Amino acid sequence: MASLQPAAAEPQEDSPLWFARPPVVPKKVKGPFRRIKWAVMTVLLAIYWGVPWLRFDRGPFAPDQAVLIDLPGRKAYFLWFEIWPQEIYIITGLLIVAAIGLFFVTAMLGRVWCGFACPQTVWTDLFMMVERWVEGDRAQRLRLAKAPWTVSKIAQRLAKHSLWIAIGLATGGAWILYFNDAPTVMPQLFLGTAGAGVYITIGLLTFSTYLLAGWARESVCTFMCPYARFQSAMFDRDTLVVSYRDWRGEKRGKHKAGDGWEGRGHCIDCRQCVEVCPTGIDIRGGLQMSCISCGLCVDACDGIMDKVGLPHGLIGYDTERNMALGAAGKPRQWHFIRLRTLGYFVVFAAAGAAVLWALLARSPLEASVLPDRNPLFVRLSDGDLRNGYTLKLLNKTNQPQHIIISLDGLAQGQLTVLGHEGEAAPSLELAPDTVAALRLFVRLDTDQWAGEPIDYHFNIHDAARDLTVTTPARFEGPRQ
Amino acid sequence: MSTADKPEIDAITGSKIHPHEWDGIRELETPPPRWWVLTFAACVIFSLAWWVLYPAWPSFSGYTPGVLGYSTRAELAQTMAAVTAAQAPMNDRLAKLDYAAAAADADVMNFATAGGRALFAENCAQCHGSGAQGNVGFPNLLDDDWVWGGDYATLQATIEHGIRAANDVDTRQSLMPAFGKDGMLTREQVADVTQYVLALSGQTADAAAAGRGEAVFAEQCVSCHGEKGAGNRELGGPKLADGIWLYGGDAKAIEAQVWNPRAGVMPAWAGRLDALAIKKLVLYVHSLGGGE
Repeated sequence: MASLQPAAAEPQEDSPLWFARPPVVPKKVKGPFRRIKWAVMTVLLAIYWGVPWLRFDRGPFAPDQAVLIDLPGRKAYFLWFEIWPQEIYIITGLLIVAAIGLFFVTAMLGRVWCGFACPQTVWTDLFMMVERWVEGDRAQRLRLAKAPWTVSKIAQRLAKHSLWIAIGLATGGAWILYFNDAPTVMPQLFLGTAGAGVYITIGLLTFSTYLLAGWARESVCTFMCPYARFQSAMFDRDTLVVSYRDWRGEKRGKHKAGDGWEGRGHCIDCRQCVEVCPTGIDIRGGLQMSCISCGLCVDACDGIMDKVGLPHGLIGYDTERNMALGAAGKPRQWHFIRLRTLGYFVVFAAAGAAVLWALLARSPLEASVLPDRNPLFVRLSDGDLRNGYTLKLLNKTNQPQHIIISLDGLAQGQLTVLGHEGEAAPSLELAPDTVAALRLFVRLDTDQWAGEPIDYHFNIHDAARDLTVTTPARFEGPRQ
Repeated sequence: MSTADKPEIDAITGSKIHPHEWDGIRELETPPPRWWVLTFAACVIFSLAWWVLYPAWPSFSGYTPGVLGYSTRAELAQTMAAVTAAQAPMNDRLAKLDYAAAAADADVMNFATAGGRALFAENCAQCHGSGAQGNVGFPNLLDDDWVWGGDYATLQATIEHGIRAANDVDTRQSLMPAFGKDGMLTREQVADVTQYVLALSGQTADAAAAGRGEAVFAEQCVSCHGEKGAGNRELGGPKLADGIWLYGGDAKAIEAQVWNPRAGVMPAWAGRLDALAIKKLVLYVHSLGGGE
């Protein structure tokens, strides 16, 4: 693999310990990868800003927002799925699936997530679009940066930062819609009646968007992002990465129209690949940590190749193996199915299946028993033993549930539910979307006690759904 | 130490080099970064403002209160007032209901038993145990054996007036005579009646001694402990014909109790807890499993 060090940063004997990084002022570029980036950006921003407004009818007891994280209610709603706090492992599972998916894509296609789909890239692209629109392209912006502070420069800067902050506000504002009912909270925002938490969140996210997409930009990818540091662990000889075909380009040099190409490479050293790069690197130095695989240098170089009448592909997505084969003049080889990609895919599929199974197999009714521990048992006046339990029942549906509680495996045990004394098979109604805590007493004749704890079950039967939830319990008494 | 007429400049950093040297080590006079100095200055200004606004400096008789008048005590009082206000609707509901109606209302019952649990931990657990399981001399409140009764009204009366509480005229009074110590029964009679009580509670006993003890029991004990040791709640005479004992149920413990009885004291809570708190405690204790 090519050097991961930027070509220009060779340390010299007398070089300073640090130097200020020159600002990166990327130039506008046209081409297929730029079009893909625009398309991906449009789709992702539409999803981000649009999703909170989707409605989903869940009946009278639940909110009708398709995607909602209801923090006060301790529930998260995703279309058909309603996630309770104790099911947070599903979210963990989804994050694992996403991480493995990222590894898989990285092993296949390199750092394409960074170049096309990462929020940092998407918002930076959006901010750069605004910047270009207000202040012009690279040359004009460089000129403006050096220019004295005139009314026109102040006006341009003011316009740019105002627009950036407006986008930041829209970004932070949309985030809180995922945690509140969008049509309710939107007017409240403008009337000033929304909660303090909402305004603080919007403020923080506005500031962070403005700071990260407006000012930090490529510094985030190069210095802050942990993924940049370990992405190379997923790379191998067959990973597609943006590559400069030095065997075709070198020896580089200026080229005048009409000159021949004998005895020299195809790179005319126009530096367009450097000027369009959003992280400010020179791809001709080889694959580098700062390269986010966005392909804009490919677009720029192909444009130049068109102008000088040479074929595309001096810079392009290619593998290390093919680079070596190309240098040796041999045809390319593709190895998409490799131990690495297969491994990632298997783990990805398994984790995805596990999450899906967890979502589909979740019971609408859940029960857990907490036995009294202080004391473990009570001796009654006729010698009988009694254990107390707290039974927690989760009705995860948005409808009331009617349930009947019974014992299973403790034939002589007498069950009493506090508040339902005298019922042989205590039956009660659970309110929708709630946790009910019931006090249960189980009484056992002392003759039935053999000195060892008895394991048995509570059966919670929902007749309407013909569903029985079984939860283990243990009967304790004096040990012998 | 070396001295120089004008400061040397370090080639790499551009900082001045300090004119002293120890063991060949020299040091740079790098100024702290500007952002650091500004942050430090901001912190100084912040702390000066803090001294003026908030309580800051201790003195012999108190402290500087600060012009904002902030006080953690006042904040606590405010928080507590807010909590009390938030509980007021449920407290009002509970106050209007009698015990049976409160027990039938799931919301009220949840509220009352949660409050009762907290009150119990604060006031009752020291004697009755954190799980209300009791201890020797301190009744277990979970079981179904009550000296004075386990219905709502009796529980309320017991909590309000206590047991043998010195400062309450309506307290529950019952004192077992010291049959042995005061010479009312001979050593042999005490031993006999002990055997009889063992037999009553279904434990192994010397049949001959128990037979003799039955007569003693009929003469001395029946008035409080009832026929066959069935107990008498009117007088607070514990039931003896079961397996639940306040001071232990083996021969030694029973004999000690007959010879020189112990009698525990429970304080009267009427003056210490308000009526609503006692109501919550009654509902909580009743819900522990022994309620009648």
